[in-house]
Amino acid sequence: MGRTLFEKVWENHVVVQGDGRPDLLYVDLHLVHEVTSPQAFEGLRLAGRPVRRPDLTVATMDHNVATGDDTPADPLSQQQLETLAHNCAEFGVPLHATGSGREGIVHVIGPELGLTQPGKTIVCGDSHTSTHGAFGALAFGIGTSEVEHVLATQTLQQRRPRTLRLYFDGEPAPGVTAKDLVLAAIGTIGVDGGVGHAIEYAGPAIERLSMEGRMTVCNMSIEAGARAGMIAPDETTFAYLRERGVAIDERWRELPSDPDAVFDREVVIDAAAVKPQVTWGTNPGMVASIDDVVPEPADEAAERALAYMGLEPGTPIRDIHVDRVFIGSCTNSRIEDLRAAAAVVRGRHVHPSVRAMVVPGSARIKQQAEAEGLDEIFTAAGFEWRRAGCSMCLGMNPDVLAPGERCASTSNRNFEGRQGAGGRTHLVSPEVAAATALEGRFTVPA
Amino acid sequence: MKAFRSVTSPAVVLDRPDVDTDQIIPKQFLKRIERTGFGEFLFFDWRKDPDFELNHQQGRILLAGRNFGCGSSREHAPWALEDYGFEAIVAPSFGDIFRQNSLKIGLLPVELPEEQVRELMERARAGEELTVDLEARTAGGFPFELDNFTRECLLEGMDEIALTLRDEPAIAAYEQAHL
Repeated sequence: MGRTLFEKVWENHVVVQGDGRPDLLYVDLHLVHEVTSPQAFEGLRLAGRPVRRPDLTVATMDHNVATGDDTPADPLSQQQLETLAHNCAEFGVPLHATGSGREGIVHVIGPELGLTQPGKTIVCGDSHTSTHGAFGALAFGIGTSEVEHVLATQTLQQRRPRTLRLYFDGEPAPGVTAKDLVLAAIGTIGVDGGVGHAIEYAGPAIERLSMEGRMTVCNMSIEAGARAGMIAPDETTFAYLRERGVAIDERWRELPSDPDAVFDREVVIDAAAVKPQVTWGTNPGMVASIDDVVPEPADEAAERALAYMGLEPGTPIRDIHVDRVFIGSCTNSRIEDLRAAAAVVRGRHVHPSVRAMVVPGSARIKQQAEAEGLDEIFTAAGFEWRRAGCSMCLGMNPDVLAPGERCASTSNRNFEGRQGAGGRTHLVSPEVAAATALEGRFTVPA
Repeated sequence: MKAFRSVTSPAVVLDRPDVDTDQIIPKQFLKRIERTGFGEFLFFDWRKDPDFELNHQQGRILLAGRNFGCGSSREHAPWALEDYGFEAIVAPSFGDIFRQNSLKIGLLPVELPEEQVRELMERARAGEELTVDLEARTAGGFPFELDNFTRECLLEGMDEIALTLRDEPAIAAYEQAHL
């Protein structure tokens, strides 16, 4: 019987199997950031253990970084950043520190530096590690105990998840983006639809996506409950890698799922029917098309969500006004996202009641965008143009919503308080975020 | 890791689906570089509501809705639950990363069918103490599944890294062959 992409990568990395134990999997690349690593390094120190493969480990600073000149990182953030620098120096782990020119959001710089490659196993103490699956890597988020385990052993004990294929049939309409496809998929299978599974995204609508679009899709796998999401490597993947100086390994062509491979579950999404998506509730599965209205709550959880969001059922999504717009995060801060947003706002101006910001995903993207003049388009339109970091995706740095503020955000989570206590988040694509900034309420590009 | 054998206690009922780890421990508390002391910040925002379930129930067992602990990979969530005093969480399902993180620190996640969790919630509301017994693999009398290896690790409070380091020759051989 044929094997899936996931099964091939998994089986290539089994170090020890059997005996009723979980498989011991080898880790090819371990990405580290300041938030989920300090206690892991401390654990190594207490046990007198070294980092087994510092050469397969890469650290960066992202979650706590202040992205503007207006407010510096607070002392606790500063301490966490300094702790990472200290730990990396002590254990010999390469660090792309703020100001190095190679820093950025961990899931943006991995691909950008050519470290993310097909067939690799990639882990990080961050649930959006699934992003790297866009290259046909098996990539998933882990907790701090597992971070310590990987630092010490370069392996992880893992039970094999089941497989779920999300097949996107048909051609998306113009103006429908990768973000809309994945939000629609989460709306279909639910925020726990992928629990216990590794997802493979497939079908013509996925094959046509750029690497940036594929990363957006895989990034949101965890929002459907799946630790990992993968896309088969193809010529699009190889072209992206070549541009970053990576030599193509011919064995990567063997990785795609065999035609007779069997998935534990399969769901078909009609990509042609997907419209631009806007979330209305407090998890990414509470989502509607921009032409819809805020739905009648189906249960207590939806009632609570509407109360938190300050929304009435029956309100057209396009009538909802926003106070803030955030374009950034590991979901949508890559050069293609910034180009798309800039194309919408060029020569126009942000609505007077809206504060809007653009935060590139990495120092290199910032540099590239500036070389293309995108920063000038954004600032002329009234957007703030900031330094690379996680910024307002999770509010661990000075970029936060005030209580009650409503934000159109290109990030990945609309949980209560995610962008600041009492803040109200609506997840959208960069195109919808940009158009919404101009109008002050949800809309699509003219 | 802390060993777990069994716990008998009143249970706290938190009957909400999809409770994410951002609610369990909000982001502002992730800046600490220690592993301890997160309990007082558990459900920080929700606890400001006097009607919030944890404000008027006590116990070492948490009965929760489906997909408990979804979202962010922050191990600070199980750290906070454990530091607050919970020893076991019973729910119809868990976020994958949260479940794994909990097992690593000896906080037992127990999965039971939804109707059994509902029944336990009723019994807990009626004031009944529940027992979660890892040796017998039962919660409130209902049998639950957990593989033998993980069960052994929890019963013994095993240091998983030390266990893996026994496989050092296999790891070295893998590297020789593949890297």
